[in-house]
Amino acid sequence: MLEIRNLHARVEGKEILRGLDLVVRAGEVHAVMGPNGSGKSTLANVLAGRAGYEVTDGSVLYRGRDLLALTPEERAREGVFLAFQYPVEIPGVTNSYFMKAATNAVRRHRGLSELDAIDFLTLVKQTMKDLEMDEKFLSRSVNEGFSGGEKKRNEILQMLLLEPTLAVLDETDSGLDIDALRIVADGVNRLRSPLRAVLAITHYQRLLDYLVPDRTHVLMNGRIVKSGDRSLALELEKRGYGWIERELGAEAPA
Amino acid sequence: MSSNPEIAALTNREYEAGFTTDVESETVAPGLDENVIRRISEKKGEPQWLLDWRLRAYARWLEMREEDARWAKVTFPKIDYQAISYYSAPKPRKKLGSMDEVDPEIRATFEKLGIPLSEQKMLSGVAVDAVFDSVSVATTFRAKLAELGIIFCSFSDAVKSHPELVRKYLGSVVPYSDNYFATLNSAVFTDGSFVYIPPGVRCPMELSTYFRINEAKTGQFERTLIVADEGAYVSYLEGCTAPMRDENQLHAAVVELVALERATIKYSTVQNWYPGDKEGRGGIFNFVTKRGACRGKRSKISWTQVETGSAITWKYPSCILQGDESVGEFYSVAVTNHYQQADTGTKMLHIGKNTRSTIVSKGISCGHGQQTYRGLVEIHQKATGARNHSQCDSLLIGDKCGAHTFPYLDVRNASAQVEHEATTSKISDDQLFYCQQRGLGTEDAVSMIVNGFCKEVFRELPMEFAVEASKLLSVTLEGAVG
Amino acid sequence: MRGTPAELAFARHFAAARVAQASREPAWLARHRAESFAAFEAQGLPTAKHEDWRFTSLAKLEQIEFTAGGVDASAPTAELIAASRIALGPAHRLVFVNGCYAAQLSSVGALPPGCRVAPLSALLGSDGEAVERVLASAAEPKRRALVDLNSALWSDGVLIELEPGAVLDRPVHLLFHQSGADAPVGAHVRTLIAAGAGSRGTIVEQHSGETRHPDLTNAVTEIRADRGAQLDHVLVQDLPEQSTAFSALLSRQEAQSRLGLHAFTLGAALARAEVESRLEGEGAELALYGLYLGRGTQHPDQHTTIDHAAPRTNSRELFKGILDERAHGVFHGRIHVRPDAQKISADQTNRALLLSDRATINSKPQLEIYADDVKCSHGASIGQLDDEQLFYLRARGLDLATARALLTVAFASEVLEKLPHDGLRASLERALLGWLPSGGGA
Repeated sequence: MLEIRNLHARVEGKEILRGLDLVVRAGEVHAVMGPNGSGKSTLANVLAGRAGYEVTDGSVLYRGRDLLALTPEERAREGVFLAFQYPVEIPGVTNSYFMKAATNAVRRHRGLSELDAIDFLTLVKQTMKDLEMDEKFLSRSVNEGFSGGEKKRNEILQMLLLEPTLAVLDETDSGLDIDALRIVADGVNRLRSPLRAVLAITHYQRLLDYLVPDRTHVLMNGRIVKSGDRSLALELEKRGYGWIERELGAEAPA
Repeated sequence: MSSNPEIAALTNREYEAGFTTDVESETVAPGLDENVIRRISEKKGEPQWLLDWRLRAYARWLEMREEDARWAKVTFPKIDYQAISYYSAPKPRKKLGSMDEVDPEIRATFEKLGIPLSEQKMLSGVAVDAVFDSVSVATTFRAKLAELGIIFCSFSDAVKSHPELVRKYLGSVVPYSDNYFATLNSAVFTDGSFVYIPPGVRCPMELSTYFRINEAKTGQFERTLIVADEGAYVSYLEGCTAPMRDENQLHAAVVELVALERATIKYSTVQNWYPGDKEGRGGIFNFVTKRGACRGKRSKISWTQVETGSAITWKYPSCILQGDESVGEFYSVAVTNHYQQADTGTKMLHIGKNTRSTIVSKGISCGHGQQTYRGLVEIHQKATGARNHSQCDSLLIGDKCGAHTFPYLDVRNASAQVEHEATTSKISDDQLFYCQQRGLGTEDAVSMIVNGFCKEVFRELPMEFAVEASKLLSVTLEGAVG
Repeated sequence: MRGTPAELAFARHFAAARVAQASREPAWLARHRAESFAAFEAQGLPTAKHEDWRFTSLAKLEQIEFTAGGVDASAPTAELIAASRIALGPAHRLVFVNGCYAAQLSSVGALPPGCRVAPLSALLGSDGEAVERVLASAAEPKRRALVDLNSALWSDGVLIELEPGAVLDRPVHLLFHQSGADAPVGAHVRTLIAAGAGSRGTIVEQHSGETRHPDLTNAVTEIRADRGAQLDHVLVQDLPEQSTAFSALLSRQEAQSRLGLHAFTLGAALARAEVESRLEGEGAELALYGLYLGRGTQHPDQHTTIDHAAPRTNSRELFKGILDERAHGVFHGRIHVRPDAQKISADQTNRALLLSDRATINSKPQLEIYADDVKCSHGASIGQLDDEQLFYLRARGLDLATARALLTVAFASEVLEKLPHDGLRASLERALLGWLPSGGGA
């Protein structure tokens, strides 16, 4: 589904990704872990097409197509969803209006009929109930005045409404208490299917307790330096990243 | 909507009647002098006092200089006041056979605004079939108002039927000597609206110039006077969201509002006059003087405006808060695109005790548009306990436009509390990207964010109007983002 | 010129000075003075018709025939000078009386390497070129009547030149003093500050006096901060309550420079303090703070313009005004962002406290923005001491006067605490307490 080859990317002239390779197949959940500044958020933003993230080399194939050639909204409509680390506030635009507009933009693109106000409300209210979100969030402005946890839940709500094929979670677990973490993870698990994939970028392994990944990767200095299964995440939790650095240091030519 | 053939027949007849006046003989040659004013007054069968008032205004106007009215941050070529025809009877617009004959650009805009076909026809001057028609609605509507003692008629009618009211209030808020354009208007105004709400009456519906759109084409030098007597309430809507074409370049209207004790007047405007083309050619110069006097205790005047049209907008709807505990409000959204210029804002003059005012101004500038908020908050020495809060936000889209904020605060009372806040920023990349990541196109995303930015103002508009205004905003912003 | 008595007196002053200076001053300077006076004549003293002078009338001043000062009129004693001084501690001090350098009252002391601090009158004899280099380098070509008048008539002033990397070890203290003359004196003084790349320093400019005449001080200060320079300039105007104080501070900043301007308007019947700052190099930063006080019929007028002429420049402006009795305060603050000056952040705030019903404030903040990637804001508020806070203090046993004094000082503290010098902060705080109606109470 997603094939990243030798990806190099720069932000404000500084090279952050330096030859990243990653392959995610349909039906899989991958976790990408790494220390601060390793390039985790850059990877998420490059996949979503944020301006200012300049790809200097390499390729990204998404369902066989060149993902990098698409505009951000085309990527979204094609099923790439980014759950933002810091969702922006949009004053004056109500959450329900925003989500309906987005849902219908995506549905139109997929050749589905648009949802009318009533169908949409029924859908969104049910989904909110599953996420234990208060309905008052529908009438509030997008993310405005939401707590950190509320914002993250709102991201997962949108993800469930847009039914993406590839969901990229950018530190969606940070700042969540244990209950919220479980709810968010349940939401992501609901999305799991043989046709979909999830790329969970995270700092901690605790999300992975709920969201058991098929593969775990370690991102350092802009490259995937180690891949393994679930146990790698646990090891990282226990031992930190230093041992990998040392391992790499030993391997690296002097 | 009605398919009743009788109404249709009536409608058509009324239109015909309206348009068959002998146009040629009703037009005065271009130019302005005392005789022209005498003829305007004579044609309208006005009483001597009104003619005298016009002549005083004219004499004053001759002493004024247009340069003195050019302090606003707008530039425009010299206006030849002798080239304007100051009196012409309603010019029949060329009747068109069908919508196909209407400028396709305008038709496209109608579609985007979601204006029903029948109204599109009416607005474009296409002969209206037996369907929804504002005149018939207006007739039933008037009967209902009359029952309550509400007067809602053209200014000329009011001069004839209620001269005592007109004489009492005309020029009492905007004196004939007020400013260059208001003084010109006082000398040559042709028609406009008059509203009087008797004591204790709450006007049960929104009064709207929309209902008179084809009755009298009074655009150029319009004069509106609204009086709400003690304890009365009225909400008045001016303009409509449909694009308004007019060959007259200069518009110099005057609106006066008078609110007596405990009365409330809510005045909403959507201005969508022709803004000129994408290169800045043509377009209306809209120089309007709007002012309301809160004469009585606890009276309230609230202005809401959505300004998207005109090549130049120059208007400052103001409140004179004379009555103790009176309230003034100003809510404004102004958009300038291409080469439009807008210099708009308000004046809040606090004279009475415990008077309160609120100013919310949202300016959006794109293309080569230049936009200025200009406001004055004046707290007089006796205005103990006065309060004002102003919020002026500007949004810039593109790097060729400008946004300027010039508030004046003049406070002479130590118990006053005046707060002014202003921000200027560009449309946020983060917000745009967030919307795009959820599948929204750039134009939709911009429109959504800008509408959100304006929400505080839109919610002051009557419901239906608000929906239209928000669509209008999207249409105006089209092509603003590359 | 409209030929008011003041304007005619300035013309006489100019004519007399021209003769006297002919032998002492270089030709370029004579030319510069003549051009400046011609420009002043063309404009005349500003009137209320001028938008920038809408709230400040010079009608009274127009009637006064100012004479050129002179240090010998009745030289003030060193004690008087010392008394008017703010407690700055060790400083490189230059004292001017009625616009003329008073060497016997000054103590420049030894300067660190690369620093030059000298009176203009002395420099014209030894190194006129240095003056020529710096004079008018910070002024915009735009004409301003009072600056032109100063350019024509300045009798003396200071040049402060910091070579690249030079660091002033202690503040430079410039004391411009008005002293008892027989007739109203018009003193025109010029301060030129050129801070080389990466240089650092603090300059305190003080205007004080002790005469009973309605004297005029017309001071122009030009600051040029080269790349990476860091400079603080403090202006304290504390003239007697019958005088007129004009000051114009014109600054230009190169890339990465940081300028802190602190303006305190405490005295004079009519004070017009102008600041015009231009940020010309990327990454330049300006912090502009001001406090103005008014009582009786005092008229403090603050007029500031910040011009963002380069990308990534930041400015922050904060003014606080306290007005009592029948004082009339004016604040005009303009922020201008030029086309293509992107990534600008500018924040302006003016807060005024009205202590009396007869006091007036005219506040006129302005944003003029011609670039789109900007974050600009301004806020203005006018109000009075918070009743709840007053009550709270009184409930804790403070009397009303003390409580008011405390809250008023608290109001001003946001500006005071930005001062780069502890002694200065303490003496200005004392000045404020002394100024308060209760005499401070505390």
